Amino acid sequence: MNNSYPARENWRRLKNRLILGTITVLALIPTVPLFLILFQLLHKGLSSLSLDFFLNLPAPPGEPGGGIANAIVGTIIIVGLATLIGVPISIMAGIYLSEYGKESKLAHAVRISADVLQGVPSIVIGIVAYAWVVRPMGHFSALSGSVALALMMIPVVVRTTEEVLRLVPDILREASLALGIPYWRTVLKVVLPTGMVGVTTGILIAVARIAGETAPLLFTAFGNQFMTFNPLEPMNALPLVIFNYATSPYEDWWQQAWGASIVLVFMVLALNIVSRLLARRIAGEK
Amino acid sequence: MTTPKNLYRQIKYDIAFRKLATGTGIFVIILVVAAFLTLVYESWPAIKAYGVKFLWNTTWDPVTLEFGALPFLVGTLITSFLALAISVPFALAGAIFLGELAPPQIANPVSFVIELLAGIPSVIYGLWALFYLVPLVRAFQMKIGAPPYGLGLFTASLVLAIMILPYALSVARDVISLVPQDLKEAAYGLGATRWETIRHVVLPYARSGILAGIVLALGRALGETMAVTMVIGNRSAMPQSIWDLANTMASVIANEFTEATEDLHLAALVEIGLLLFVITVIVNLIARIFIVKTKVR
Amino acid sequence: MTSIKNPIFRTEDLCAYYRDFMAIKHVTVSIPEKKVTAVMGPSGCGKTTFIRCLNRLHELTPGARITGKIYLRDKDILKMDPIVVRRKVGMVFQRPNPFPTMTIYENVLAGYKLLGIRLPKEVADRIVEDALRKAALWDEVKDVLHRRGTFLSGGQQQRLCIARALAVKPEVLLMDEPTSALDPKATLQIENLIVELKSTVTIVIVTHNMPQAGRISDYTAFFYLGELIEFGPTAEVFTNPKDPRTEEYLTGKFS
Repeated sequence: MNNSYPARENWRRLKNRLILGTITVLALIPTVPLFLILFQLLHKGLSSLSLDFFLNLPAPPGEPGGGIANAIVGTIIIVGLATLIGVPISIMAGIYLSEYGKESKLAHAVRISADVLQGVPSIVIGIVAYAWVVRPMGHFSALSGSVALALMMIPVVVRTTEEVLRLVPDILREASLALGIPYWRTVLKVVLPTGMVGVTTGILIAVARIAGETAPLLFTAFGNQFMTFNPLEPMNALPLVIFNYATSPYEDWWQQAWGASIVLVFMVLALNIVSRLLARRIAGEK
Repeated sequence: MTTPKNLYRQIKYDIAFRKLATGTGIFVIILVVAAFLTLVYESWPAIKAYGVKFLWNTTWDPVTLEFGALPFLVGTLITSFLALAISVPFALAGAIFLGELAPPQIANPVSFVIELLAGIPSVIYGLWALFYLVPLVRAFQMKIGAPPYGLGLFTASLVLAIMILPYALSVARDVISLVPQDLKEAAYGLGATRWETIRHVVLPYARSGILAGIVLALGRALGETMAVTMVIGNRSAMPQSIWDLANTMASVIANEFTEATEDLHLAALVEIGLLLFVITVIVNLIARIFIVKTKVR
Repeated sequence: MTSIKNPIFRTEDLCAYYRDFMAIKHVTVSIPEKKVTAVMGPSGCGKTTFIRCLNRLHELTPGARITGKIYLRDKDILKMDPIVVRRKVGMVFQRPNPFPTMTIYENVLAGYKLLGIRLPKEVADRIVEDALRKAALWDEVKDVLHRRGTFLSGGQQQRLCIARALAVKPEVLLMDEPTSALDPKATLQIENLIVELKSTVTIVIVTHNMPQAGRISDYTAFFYLGELIEFGPTAEVFTNPKDPRTEEYLTGKFS
């Protein structure tokens, strides 16, 4: 024991170094593909950007040129409509959980439902929206895509709304109630504004997430070669362009798929960064 | 100043608002139940036609209208678990590195980039894989004498692995950062090395949370559609090897849904969606149990 | 016990519960109008619960309920809607709680704004100035009315909360240890303010601080384990307590 003691110590120290070294190497390996993705996206994407790309409509198959103006407009309309549908429902449900339901059985059922909905694969959400909107209308439409995206947005915003409102101190609710303000106005005018920055952060995160969703749009918004502002018609969207062009046989379209990707990534990144800055502002206020 | 009349109206509004909020909560439950029932209803012709045989029939033929889901079940399970097997060691190492080893000046910006990567849409991972990963895999296949498709189960698993890595990593890192400092200091105080502290204090403490992260990543891999659809090859037969072209449950829906002209074909696709729904719900509920466990402690 | 003529508040056999726990036991008391009544007693004796019954904030706590009667003048407030009661019975809390999203000006008008009542600008300006003057805050904030209330010091915030409560012209102002989070100088300002205010509004103040009760109150109610042990003019209660438990408390035997 006495003799082996220093040897044992050395072995422990060596083992420590070996394992920590291995962990560091393992941690660094995946940065290679991740870095490559970013690099190749920037390299390929930026080179395909031009003013025409933003302003033109898609060219007929096989013809060079053309742009993604309709897809940019489409993504904004589809995502905007989804936000209009999803946010009021989500905020009201979040208010229910934080202000009324609290620890009741019904509230727990709502929370579990939101968790389940969040876990449902986006392609399955697409089927549901197809059955709910496309089938009754008889044709594909931007609206059905928005319904699908709203379904994906709801769980995220419900849970963040609840969390944020729960952080609003009770003394503010009491201050308002003690003035004879009814609870519903207390919630809408005191509690919600106090948590508004947090709720907005949650909405932006959710919007960033759904803006890049492709699967639920495949058989709802479907895509469209032309410009349309009518949400009851099929509409193009950036993710659909990327998918359709990438899997097409035309080299020119591949290039445009990269261009559309960089536009989409910048949109998503901008939303993410804004929401992060907002989140930091909340943290700073505390 | 305030007329009582106004106040009494407010009282009515108070009740109405409470009902509206509660109703919206119930509406969220209804949405989920209705989604499930819709899937059951829409797939009913297929359920009636094939019964449980649907689960292990290996033939999927829209021409003869014979539909079995086994090739896709197998495709989904192989790609998801292979992706998990590839991804988890790296994710865990990355989480330990960022949470315990790297100084904050490195850990913070790296974590930021990783979270941004987790936000990149899957269709872009698919695009990248199609143009960069597929040629690489093809070259590798030629070298080892496998059929040089480039596309297939293996490529799909690789993309999935890359996609779920940032996600699993950030969950694991969050849990590791929750381990109380005094516990770690206690271990160092006893003369433990850094690795011993990680091995015997940090990892056991964070175990439930890490498992939850892995299960959540699995849920994501099971339902991931676009990137897989773009590189798996879309072949609706039982895969015989890891290099085979195949289909997952999600990718077959993405590929065939808009082309299905026969009602039975459509119903069979919806039934696959139903199976996917049920599987992911179960997986997510398991993850929820792990998360509850983490919070209790 | 001392009888009060024309009380503003009168409770009869008032009991308050948190689920099975009885926090207030059979309290019958009359509170005089336009006076300062101090509610005293050791921690956990139910004094805060008592005043939270008077504006029906008590029942917001899950599982809380009230039995007995509380008359505001001649009306049983337990039969009125809480919203109506709270317009007449304002409250100031232990910790200053101005609304963080509102300016000083908006905070004072919160009782109107939150209810959706639109006031003409002159009326609003007058209410704000009036309430801030009554709360002895006007001179300090008149140039920063449109800044957030949360920038003020603790004592100023508390006076802002008093102004906010006064702005809706309540008949009674309940105060729950309003100086316990403040420094001595701010405490003194609030105490002076309370004495000035009693010409316009009835004040019921919970306090832990015996000298404070002695300085500012006209009447004192002494609670012990949820029961009202003693009630009377402050001078009398302090110099010649009838109940031995009051005496023990006043001489510092327990807190």
